[in-house]
Amino acid sequence: MAGVVTNLARARSGTRRGALSEPRWVRWLLLGIALAFLGFFLFVPLALVFAKALADGFAAYVAAIEEPVALAAVRLTLLTAAIAVPVNLLFGLAAAWAITKFRFPGKNVLVTLIDLPFSVSPVISGMIFVLLFGAHGFFGPWLAAHDVKIIFAVPGIVLATMFVTSPMVARELIPLMQSQGNDQEEAALTLGASGLQTFFRVSLPKIRWGLLYGVVLCNARAMGEFGAVSVVSGHIRGATNTMPLHIEILYNEYQFSAAFAVASLLALLALATLAIKSVIEWRTAR
Amino acid sequence: MRPVEAEAVDEGRASLPAPSPASARRKRRFRGGSVLPGFGLSLGFTLLYLGLMVLIPLSTVFLKTATMTWSSFWETVTGPRALAAYRLSLGAAFAAASINLVFGLLVAWVLERYRFLGRRLVDALVDLPFALPTAVAGISLATLYAKNGWIGRWLDPLGVEVAYTRLGVVVALTFIGLPFVVRTVQPVLADLDPEVEEAAASLGAGRWQTFRRVIFPELLPAALTGFVLAFARALGEYGSVIFIAGNMPMKSEITPLLIMIKLEQFDYAGATAIALVFLVVAFGLLLLINFLAWRRGNRLRGGA
Repeated sequence: MAGVVTNLARARSGTRRGALSEPRWVRWLLLGIALAFLGFFLFVPLALVFAKALADGFAAYVAAIEEPVALAAVRLTLLTAAIAVPVNLLFGLAAAWAITKFRFPGKNVLVTLIDLPFSVSPVISGMIFVLLFGAHGFFGPWLAAHDVKIIFAVPGIVLATMFVTSPMVARELIPLMQSQGNDQEEAALTLGASGLQTFFRVSLPKIRWGLLYGVVLCNARAMGEFGAVSVVSGHIRGATNTMPLHIEILYNEYQFSAAFAVASLLALLALATLAIKSVIEWRTAR
Repeated sequence: MRPVEAEAVDEGRASLPAPSPASARRKRRFRGGSVLPGFGLSLGFTLLYLGLMVLIPLSTVFLKTATMTWSSFWETVTGPRALAAYRLSLGAAFAAASINLVFGLLVAWVLERYRFLGRRLVDALVDLPFALPTAVAGISLATLYAKNGWIGRWLDPLGVEVAYTRLGVVVALTFIGLPFVVRTVQPVLADLDPEVEEAAASLGAGRWQTFRRVIFPELLPAALTGFVLAFARALGEYGSVIFIAGNMPMKSEITPLLIMIKLEQFDYAGATAIALVFLVVAFGLLLLINFLAWRRGNRLRGGA
C-alpha cells in the first residue's frame, strides 16, 4: 500500500515543473549520457553478437549450429543444466524454508555461507574440484583405482556448475519468503491441513513467481558458466565441451561467424531470461 | 548454543523418543515458537548440501596450501608475476567499479525519474550482464573494441587502444559490474519521499543544491554497496576478460588467468597458494558487503 501512495505522490509532483525538476536541457543531457554509456557497454555488444552470427549468411549460421560437435556441446549444456537446476531448486527451497520459517542460532552465518560461491572466482570454483578429484587430488588415487573419471569428464562439469549456481534459487526465495511471513501457513495448519498440504497448497503458490525467476536465472548461469567448467572440462571435442567452451575454441580458431552463431543461441537464452523476469515483475506489481 | 541445536539438526522431530515437557518447551523456544513442520528436514538437507558441495570443496584450498612450506608459499604469492597480476586485478576492478558507481547512479536516476520511449526495455536490459554468459560477452567486447571493430575503429585514430591492453580489462569488468549500482540505487530512489524534495525547494534550495544536499546523501549508502558488489564480482571475473585482455605475463594477465595457467602446467600448489590469497580478499569483501547491508538495515529500521 505504501508503494501506491508514493507512486501517486510522485506522479503528482512529476507534473510540476521548476524547483522539483531539472531544466529540460539537463534532462536531455543526462538521458543522452546514460543511453550512450549503456549503448557502448550493453546494446552494441548485444547487437554485434547477432550481426556477426549472420555475417556469412543464414545458411552458414544454420550449418555452424548443425555441426555434430556443436550439437554435442548443446546436448552437454542441456544435460548439465537438467541436473544442476533441479538439485539447486531443492536446495534453495530447503534453505529458504529453514531460514525464513524458523529461528535458530547461527542463521546469519548460514545465509553468508549460502552466498559464498558468488564471491569465489569461477577459476577457483573449478580448481577446488580438481584438488578433490583430479589425478593428484585428495580422492584421485582411489578414483583411478576404481576407474571412475570425474575431472576432464562430464561429472566434473556438472559438479562445478552445481557449485557456481547453488545460491541462485535460495537468494531469490529468502527475501521473498521473509517479507511474506508465516500467518497463512499457520492458519492452514490450524484448520487441519497436513504439513505437505500446507506446503503445496499454501506456501508454494505464494512464492511461485519468485521461484520461477530463481530457476530461470539459475538455468541461465548453469548454461553459460565458463571459467569453472573450463578448468574441469579438459576440452575434449564432442565429449566434454559445453557451449561456452565450444565458442571459445571456435573463436580462437578464427571461425568468428561460427563462434558468434553458437553465442547467439546463448544470447537468445539471456534475452528470454530477461523477458521472463520482466513479465514476472509486471505480474507481481499488479 | 547448547545441545539443543545438534539434536534438532541431526534427528528432526520424528525420530526423537517422546520428549519430556521440559525439552519440548526448550525446543519450542529454540525454534522461535514456530508451529510449521519440516525444520529438521529442511535445515538438515541445507547443511548437508552446503557441506558436501561448498564447504568441503572450498576447504581443499586451505588443506592443499598447508602442505607447502611457508617459504615456498611466500615465494609463490609474492613473486613478481603474481604481484603484477594482483595489481592489474585490483586496479582494473577498482576502475571498473568506479565507472559503474558514477554511471550507475546516472542510469538509476534516468530510469527512475524520467519517462521516455523504450524506458521499460532499457530497464530490463540493464540486467543483461547477469544473464549473458561471460564467454559471449568476452568475444563480443573483444570484436567490438578491436582495432577494426565497430567502436575500436573510431578510437584507433585517437590513439586509444582498448582490445588486448589493460584498458580492455577495464571495459570487460565494467560490463560485468554494470547492473549492481543501478539495482541497489533504484529502489532507494523510488522510495524517496517527494515531500523531502518539496521541502528543500520551498526553503529556497536550487535543484542542484537539493540533489547534492538532500537526495545524494540518501543514495550514497546504497551506491557504495553496489560499488563493493561490482568490485567483488569484477575481481574474480575470468570469462569475459581473457578474450579482450592481451594475457601478456606481467602486463595484461589477471590473477584468475594466472591461476588457470598454473593449473594447466600441473603446478597445483602454486595455483592453490595464489587462490588462497584471492579467497581471503574475497571473503573480506563479503564481510564488508554484509556489514554495509546490516548498517543500511539498521538505519532503515531506526528511521521507520
